[in-house]
Amino acid sequence: MIDTSEAESVASATSDQADAHEIFARFTNVQKSYDGVELVVKDFNLDIRKGEFVTLLGPSGSGKTTCLMMMAGFETPTHGEILLKGEPISGLPPHKRGIGMVFQNYALFPHMTVAENLAFPLEVRHLSKAQTKEKVARALAMVRLEEFGDRRPAQLSGGQQQRVALARALVFEPELVLMDEPLGALDKNLREEMQYEIKRIHASLGVTMIYVTHDQTEALTMSDRIAVFNDGVVQQLASPDELYERPENAFVAYFIGENNRLLGEVSERVGDDCKVRLDSGDTVIAKPVAVGGVGSRTTLSLRPERVSILHGDAAEQFDNQFTATVQEVIYLGDHLRTRLSVCGNDEFILKTPNAQGFGVMRPGQQIQVGWSSADCRALDA
Amino acid sequence: MSDSAAPLTTADGVPLKVSLRRAVRRSKFKALLLVSPLLLFLMIAFVIPIFEMLSRSVANPEVVNHLPRTVAALEDWDRQDVPGEPVFEALVEDLLEGQEARNLGLLASRLNYERSGMRSAINRTARGLRTMDPPYREGVIEANARWGELDTWKIIQREARLYTPSYYLAAVDRQLSPDGQITRAPDNLQIHVNLFWRTFWMSGLITLMTLLLGYPIAFLLASLPLRHSNLLMILVLLPFWTSLLVRTTTWIAILQSQGVLNDVMVFLGVIADEARWQMIHNKIGTVVAMTHILLPFMILPLYSVMKTIPPSYMRAARSLGGKPFLSFRRVYFPLTIPGMAAGGILVFILSIGYYITPALVGGQSGRFITNYIAYHMQTSLNWGLAAAIASILLLVVVVFYMVFNRLIGVDKVKLG
Repeated sequence: MIDTSEAESVASATSDQADAHEIFARFTNVQKSYDGVELVVKDFNLDIRKGEFVTLLGPSGSGKTTCLMMMAGFETPTHGEILLKGEPISGLPPHKRGIGMVFQNYALFPHMTVAENLAFPLEVRHLSKAQTKEKVARALAMVRLEEFGDRRPAQLSGGQQQRVALARALVFEPELVLMDEPLGALDKNLREEMQYEIKRIHASLGVTMIYVTHDQTEALTMSDRIAVFNDGVVQQLASPDELYERPENAFVAYFIGENNRLLGEVSERVGDDCKVRLDSGDTVIAKPVAVGGVGSRTTLSLRPERVSILHGDAAEQFDNQFTATVQEVIYLGDHLRTRLSVCGNDEFILKTPNAQGFGVMRPGQQIQVGWSSADCRALDA
Repeated sequence: MSDSAAPLTTADGVPLKVSLRRAVRRSKFKALLLVSPLLLFLMIAFVIPIFEMLSRSVANPEVVNHLPRTVAALEDWDRQDVPGEPVFEALVEDLLEGQEARNLGLLASRLNYERSGMRSAINRTARGLRTMDPPYREGVIEANARWGELDTWKIIQREARLYTPSYYLAAVDRQLSPDGQITRAPDNLQIHVNLFWRTFWMSGLITLMTLLLGYPIAFLLASLPLRHSNLLMILVLLPFWTSLLVRTTTWIAILQSQGVLNDVMVFLGVIADEARWQMIHNKIGTVVAMTHILLPFMILPLYSVMKTIPPSYMRAARSLGGKPFLSFRRVYFPLTIPGMAAGGILVFILSIGYYITPALVGGQSGRFITNYIAYHMQTSLNWGLAAAIASILLLVVVVFYMVFNRLIGVDKVKLG
């Protein structure tokens, strides 16, 4: 996992290793254009294993929802094939795909009660009244809304509506459930609560889920794997910790978590490391991830919590050490955010835990900071 | 927050409600001032005329005003026989005064509605009074035989009151017999009830036609991308910007027996030249022209409701396994009911009050009750009857409106 080409080969190796039975859904070379001029999705490939929770993460307009809609059958791919359990599904209308879907604004039918909403997918499958009743009751119990069967959706709170939508997408026991930014309309506390709820249901039912969101925290909390979208292309497909710890390009590093960026060009390669001469003239030792040879431009990515303040004796620990000027200190309760001016970057953020023994810094103060070359990733410019 | 708690007061002890009322009084007054021109206009042009119409439908001042002495003289009449000389003396005095003042015409018409022949009875007798000497009884009866009939006097006595139900009875083809029983009008005068029914069922048919034609268009309007739906909306609104008379007469040009449609059909050999379809000046003409004219009133409320239905509902129904038609029937269609009801009530109420189009293209068989209101206003000059018919129509509209409001809610009626 040194540069992008190698990373790609690793990704394809995982899919090759996966047994044909294990792959539940597959996008192969999928492209989508609405106007025949611009591609919204450019060459999308994704293998989803049975029972997996995969998130499509990206800014709005990056093509993630379009991919979901193609899977659901509401959009047709301009090129490429989508396979479900090994069968191409392009010709299959949405109602024959048997895929559960949770919509952004829930799309609960306002003229039906909660129980009627849940019964709808069962009635269209001609289940008996008794069976329908039993399954509806079980689905309501699963989302802990037993008492609310006779209510109209409008009489429920946002979180309750969300749970009903989830129950409706699951009540007919689909093997695949798609979720299109389902938590977007909820406030922060409720959103976190629902994340755990969805995760719990996913674990207990073992259904395969494809989840679309633009919220990276949501993606990191819930997913087995995350596909980071930008500009119609998957930038990186990996597990949450992999994405955070080892972003493969500048977009992923910037989009996932907080990130300090230093711009420069490669001046020398030393073993597994490289030396980067920054635009300010300083030289930083970094880990080359996605850079070319000597002389090529690069963006150095460094997480704020991996930068330390030096107090003299521990100085030997770090191969990068610089003098920084404190610009601003923001008190955030459990930690402090300090904006520094270092290596010509005035937006350099330093996160320090609010623990005993850390003195208060003042704007204008000069401090020593350092970081390990292993945490400083040299990415594409 | 319990009811027994003392009323809330402001810091200085003034009850909160009083204080609030004081605070909003000024802004209320300003708001009233702003709407007062419209309020005044509505009072003069709408509310007062409606009450004027309602009162005219029961007003009955003619006998009381023009035969005061006769009415007084009839007070102790036994109703068994034609009254005696004192009543005739009073009648002669009243008629002489009326002739002097030249206002016997109103009385004559009024009594003629109740009993035919009374117009000439009054006019001729009045003319001959100058040469008549007392005792008058025989002379007056000789002048016109109506005065010698018991029913004539019963009617005069009955109509000696300021209000009468007889216009309403006439509006539903009933009349009062001289003895005060409600009876059916003679068969040759049975027109209004049939016209009411025709107005209602044809309005219902027109409403149904606009619904069938308007629903798909409203659906297209609501679901097409903005660029296309704007063009479609202009096409829907275009008739609004064209004169009603132009639209109606265009239908005459298209549908008449020497018109465009018949010519094309003859040319194509679908019908023979001598068997051209009669599509105008009958019920077909009225239904076709009014359906066209009232279509936007159905499309716009439907569209405004459909626009608020997010496409995700149908998608959700499809993804849950509903076939396209079933999803439409179970999910989309029920959500459009308020729009259908709003458009339906609008078109129905408008069409039962429609006048110009049925008058122009309806011929004899396609006319509405409104055309008879106009007839009684302008030709027969029986304003009381016109007012009674109009009041019944108003009552029907109010009833429909109230049923609609109870079932659907008036706030659902939106035009775009």
